[in-house]
Amino acid sequence: MAAETTGSGSNLPRPVVAVVRAWQRVFHGPNTIGNCWQFWAGFAIAVAALFAYPVLAGGYQASRFALFLVYAFLGLSLSVVWGYAGILSFGQVAFFGVAGYTFGIVSLNISSPLGIMGAFVGAVVAGALLSFVLGYFMFYGGVRDVYVTIITLVVTLVLETFMSQTAGDEWTIGAAPLGGFNGMPGIPELTVPIPALPGVWGSPVVLGAGDGTFYRFALVLLVATYLGLRALVNSDYGRVMVAVREDEDRTRMFGYDVERVKLAVFTFGGALAGLAGVLYAAWGNYISPGVYALTFASLPVIWVSVGGRKSLLGALVGSIALAFASNSLVGQWAFVIIGALLLVVVLFLPRGFVPAARDVVLFAWRTARRYRGGEAEGGVSESPDAAADPEVTDP
Amino acid sequence: MVNGVNLLFQFLDNFAFIVLAAAGLAIIFGIMGVINLAHGEFIMVGAYATTLANIRFGLPLLVAVPVAMVATALFGLAVERTIISGAVPNWLWKYARLGLAGGLGRLAALDAVPERAAASIDAATRRLPESPLVEPLYDRLADSMVATWGLSLILVQGARIQFGNSLDQVGTPVVPFVGETISPAQIPLLNLIVENSEFSYSAYRVSLAVIAVGVLAAVYVLFTKTDFGMRARATIQDEDTARALGVDTGRTYMATFAIGSALAGLTGALYAPTITMVPDMGTGFLVESFVAVVVGGPSVVLGTTMAGGFLGAISAAVTNLLGSTFYGRIALLLTAIVLIRFLPSGITGFVRELRERRQEAT
Repeated sequence: MAAETTGSGSNLPRPVVAVVRAWQRVFHGPNTIGNCWQFWAGFAIAVAALFAYPVLAGGYQASRFALFLVYAFLGLSLSVVWGYAGILSFGQVAFFGVAGYTFGIVSLNISSPLGIMGAFVGAVVAGALLSFVLGYFMFYGGVRDVYVTIITLVVTLVLETFMSQTAGDEWTIGAAPLGGFNGMPGIPELTVPIPALPGVWGSPVVLGAGDGTFYRFALVLLVATYLGLRALVNSDYGRVMVAVREDEDRTRMFGYDVERVKLAVFTFGGALAGLAGVLYAAWGNYISPGVYALTFASLPVIWVSVGGRKSLLGALVGSIALAFASNSLVGQWAFVIIGALLLVVVLFLPRGFVPAARDVVLFAWRTARRYRGGEAEGGVSESPDAAADPEVTDP
Repeated sequence: MVNGVNLLFQFLDNFAFIVLAAAGLAIIFGIMGVINLAHGEFIMVGAYATTLANIRFGLPLLVAVPVAMVATALFGLAVERTIISGAVPNWLWKYARLGLAGGLGRLAALDAVPERAAASIDAATRRLPESPLVEPLYDRLADSMVATWGLSLILVQGARIQFGNSLDQVGTPVVPFVGETISPAQIPLLNLIVENSEFSYSAYRVSLAVIAVGVLAAVYVLFTKTDFGMRARATIQDEDTARALGVDTGRTYMATFAIGSALAGLTGALYAPTITMVPDMGTGFLVESFVAVVVGGPSVVLGTTMAGGFLGAISAAVTNLLGSTFYGRIALLLTAIVLIRFLPSGITGFVRELRERRQEAT
């Protein structure tokens, strides 16, 4: 048990205890679910299974599945912005699309491996830049609550309208025609230049969709992003974000610069959505104004609210599971089922599916322990935050 | 000169579109604090009801329009009771809970120790939460958005499954005294200025502006001159106090939602002859109405009028200037963004603040 491992009377070697403690200090906290060794065991199994997926299901299936991993970045970005900082952005797809288009334009013009890497970075920066400008415009102008939602939605629709009319020849940037409704085909795949000798670029690695390398790349990036976000939301800064979500005025009264926090989180969310956009454009070698459409803009909101917006795991699982389900649900009833699911979740599980499932698991676990005759104290030690907290001193 | 008249007609057309699309949404948002993202689909319900009543059941258009309004209002009522207020699920839960507790109690009675059985019935009922299962979505903006978005997905796809990808369209009705199209020469004062009458515009669409003004007037009368309007305004001002003074706020909300839905139905009925009848026709209405409501601000009638007038003018001017509806739409949306940024409480909210500040100064 985690409690015994970390307790003082442990018979584990000291370095192991130190590592476990450090791990807990960074990744455990009240803002995430799964603060116990059972969770991490399940997490490790899930990640291993996902890594084994291309071997078991073949490269084609894996490359299809990679799209849902890409969507998970988008879901995570909304979870950070909406679930943790309380800013309901309907415009995550705006940053997604801008980054995708930027990646397409730059990489079509400079299609060397180094150029593609530059396009990758530049596109994420473009997404972040747009969200920074938009966020500055809104938060420092006193725009709050639902008005933020509407402005972000309207920005998305402006982009859709604008990109839809770029069919003419005058809308060609270098070698990249924007293509109006038809979108931009032929976007190159992600390519990583590997330095072989100092100053010389060796053979580049193409992260193609066909052989599952793109899938693995996206998976590694996703696991790293999840862990990074977990560390973020459980840090002091994460606590301030949650405070802003819970009560903006009170947080301001305690001396925090609420506008700056919101702007920083919004920009960060924009960068993350931009990363998703780059991966999307590279995955399908294609991007079109459809990514700005109202239906696509609503998808992240759906994923995240069904999964559980106030938990990263909920957003992650919700995005992947729902994107997978709606892709596999063939036939005309797919959207009816998705819509009904959304209604059921908002009405009956407003916190989302994953937090509710966790409560059920905990309840079952505790009940089972009680009937086995254990002392039934605690069960799964779900909250070691009490032990992790004393070091925390807020400024 | 013809260009100026063109601009006027286009403005009237835009104004009517924005006002009619936004009126129902504005009422529901302003009074209940519910953002109905399925508003476009309510309009679709109205349009489909009109068309079906006209084509399938052979009702004349003048009868089909009120029929569609009633149908949409009833539909809205059902949505309010099941989803927005959660009254139906809660009612079901109440009885399911009693049944469940009874069942658990009977299960416990199998222990054959009467006292323990009675105690377990007690425990079973106590363990099931007595609080309602579903919280109403009133004033829960984000949740109401998500829920109504789910509803809109169901409605769009449901219409597609039921009626296919498109529906036959009813013909545009001929406007009395004017005819199919309208040209400057037909308008008493304008025909003195404009000799060239080559240009013409759909008379039906321009006449919708008159109906839009009528709708605004009716909403104004409803909310300022009737008992219902008084109760509705009391509910907006302070729900708890209103309830303490005997206003049945639940019923006010129910009626408000039905009235908003009826207005959406009217909009759908009026636009049914002019728009291709496809299941996702609602999205075309949603964005403009959404933006107009927010730009307009808290006062339903004045806000919608001003937003419709302002945004309609911008859109008409830019469309005429650059000769493409794409740019007109972009200009409308950009104007809305800037307006929300500088007047976060909308045009009427800004006016109200100014007035309050002036009162304080004196």
